[in-house]
Amino acid sequence: MSVTPLTSGTRPAAAGRRPAANDSTGLPPLKSGSRFGALADAWLPRLVLSPTIVASLVFVYGFIALTAYLSLTESRMMPNFEYSGFGQYERLFDIERWWVSAANLGIFGGLFILFCLAIGLSMAILLDQRIRHEGALRAIYLYPMALSFIVTGAAWKWILNPGLGLEKMMHDWGFTNFTFDWLVDSDMSIYTVVIAGVWQSSGFVMALFLAGLRSVDDSIIKAAMVDGASLPTIYWRIVIPSLRPVFFSVLLVLSHIAIKSFDLVMALTAGGPGTSSDVPAIFMYQFSFTRGQLGLGAASAMMMLATVLAVLVPLMYLETKGARHGR
Amino acid sequence: MKLKTSVKAVLALATLMGAAAQAAPQVEVLHYWTSGGEAKSVAELKKIMESKGVAWKDFAVAGGAGENAATALKARVMAGSPPTAAQIKGPSIQEWGQEGVLANIDQAATEGKWESTLPPVVTNVMKYKGHYVAVPVNVHRVNWLWVNPAVLAKAGAKAPTNFAEFFDAADKIKKAGLVALAHGGQPWQDATLFESVVLGTGGADFYKKALVQLDQATLTSPTMIKSFETLARIKTYIDKDAAGRDWNLATAMVINGKAGMQFMGDWAKGEFTAAGKVPGKDFLCVAAPGTDKAYTFNIDSLAMFKVKNPEQQKAQLVLANAVMSPGFQEVFNLNKGSIPVRAGAARDKFDSCAQKSMDDMAATSKAGALLPSMAHGMAINTAKAGAIQDVIARFMNSNMTPQAAAQALAKAAKTS
Repeated sequence: MSVTPLTSGTRPAAAGRRPAANDSTGLPPLKSGSRFGALADAWLPRLVLSPTIVASLVFVYGFIALTAYLSLTESRMMPNFEYSGFGQYERLFDIERWWVSAANLGIFGGLFILFCLAIGLSMAILLDQRIRHEGALRAIYLYPMALSFIVTGAAWKWILNPGLGLEKMMHDWGFTNFTFDWLVDSDMSIYTVVIAGVWQSSGFVMALFLAGLRSVDDSIIKAAMVDGASLPTIYWRIVIPSLRPVFFSVLLVLSHIAIKSFDLVMALTAGGPGTSSDVPAIFMYQFSFTRGQLGLGAASAMMMLATVLAVLVPLMYLETKGARHGR
Repeated sequence: MKLKTSVKAVLALATLMGAAAQAAPQVEVLHYWTSGGEAKSVAELKKIMESKGVAWKDFAVAGGAGENAATALKARVMAGSPPTAAQIKGPSIQEWGQEGVLANIDQAATEGKWESTLPPVVTNVMKYKGHYVAVPVNVHRVNWLWVNPAVLAKAGAKAPTNFAEFFDAADKIKKAGLVALAHGGQPWQDATLFESVVLGTGGADFYKKALVQLDQATLTSPTMIKSFETLARIKTYIDKDAAGRDWNLATAMVINGKAGMQFMGDWAKGEFTAAGKVPGKDFLCVAAPGTDKAYTFNIDSLAMFKVKNPEQQKAQLVLANAVMSPGFQEVFNLNKGSIPVRAGAARDKFDSCAQKSMDDMAATSKAGALLPSMAHGMAINTAKAGAIQDVIARFMNSNMTPQAAAQALAKAAKTS
């Protein structure tokens, strides 16, 4: 009801490079010449698209508006539509757990995006060197994306559990000094979420970058080679700058994965130990649905939306500006 | 034309059939009793209802603590078609009562003489503004300590009755190279432990003042600080892998002799008996340290929702009476591991832990030491209980001082 505002804003990133479909409708012309055909040409696309538009207006923007309104009411267990001002926001900012979740979102979001970009780009560049078995390697790297975050979370929960996974294995092998107990350490648990998130998403980032790299014009690179530029220089000065649209798409996708992250944290740490790896999405869910504080939950959802907009709006602006200047 | 007629006929027939289905007495019950023993218990209730000519429509929503069930229920009530009855407990019954959607079942209560068979602490929970709106199903005792006697024997310790003895036993078990206390570091389990420690440290009246009435002075009193100090010491006997562990895995540690003791409600007994263990021989159930004269309860109940059809209203009363009938109370609780809520139920089929629980409930009810469990949503509303749970979880997972924790607790109690 309140954490879904993003899906309509993101598009398959690789499509950004492709030329647009040949005409405005993208449909093959019907019987041209007949009056019926012309009418159908003009109206069919609108007719087909209108339910989707209505559906998104109601179920995305309508519910955003409803959530915004609920955050201004005293709603408890059930929605109550009596306006009561900004009390819920005051209450929200007074809860220490909210600030823990907000800080965790900062840590997780920042590191997750940074590492995914760095690892994804490096893997893409290395894979781009026309190596053998590239297809197989690509599939291996991309495969984690096929798992849901729940599976990733559960698997990493076992791997990182000191009494069950990595630490126990090392102890069994004789390295008794080895410790890796971030999962049960309330100061470090949020970083385990970063590890699992990066593991899952960097392959996907690699695929996007690889597609982008392949679309860079070969002749420019060859010209640079003729001029005697080294491979790192070519990548640094020519290839990566021309990947700008891919960077935007990747940033968009990653930042909204980070902000709405719920299932990964739920499966990996369940917000624990205690509430130390809590994120705003879990906070919102618990307060709205299990603690009977719908108004407070709505307020926290609006804060999440604000975060999304704060990231999204500048990115979109930069991207469209780039497109206007015909980059 | 012909087509139109036949469509009309089909529609009319469908309406008639729909009306017929509506008229037959039927109850729709939303519950989250979906695990093995629980599902068996519900099937028993279904049998009783059908023998009385009432159809049973199951509306089971899986998910242990009932969070999913609560969400499904809200959706149904908002859509204007609530189920006949739903599994709701504690102060949540009052919250639903305030929404004005619960049905008055005083008639069933008079017929079944509930006032004389139930302790007043329990009937108060089942009433909204003096009228019965819910029927209790079972009683779980929360302040238990589960002990593995083989571990105690190995360590040369004995089952504790107060905290001094508890720490003594825990030290010995630790020295023997085992985990002294099996615990799962989930917020609700931390709260369960905390609640028993408060009760053991301060006694029943202190518990009532602090965790039921949320008296500010009591929440910051030296006794509360002492409770947190005790809790901090207990923390040192828990292994570090406890974070996020499920309660039944912690119970398994006691069953396998990896750990000596566990604080947990009597649903843990189901794990022991499922593993083929015998109470009194393979495992002991003793009251949590210092709490043998008190009893924290967690009662499941079915709240009745307003339904329009008079047939359905009658079926609702039949359901309420069936739930309170001695036969159902016995079968249900034998399967679930809890004890019957009504006094004077047949007891010879229950095991020694359940019989002790029955005796203690009767005794504490007379002494005024029968207390609602804060950790299990029986004492205070979910918003306050949640805020308090957050404080306990933070204390359990950081180096917060007992003084700071007591202050934070008092602030959390003010949550509205």
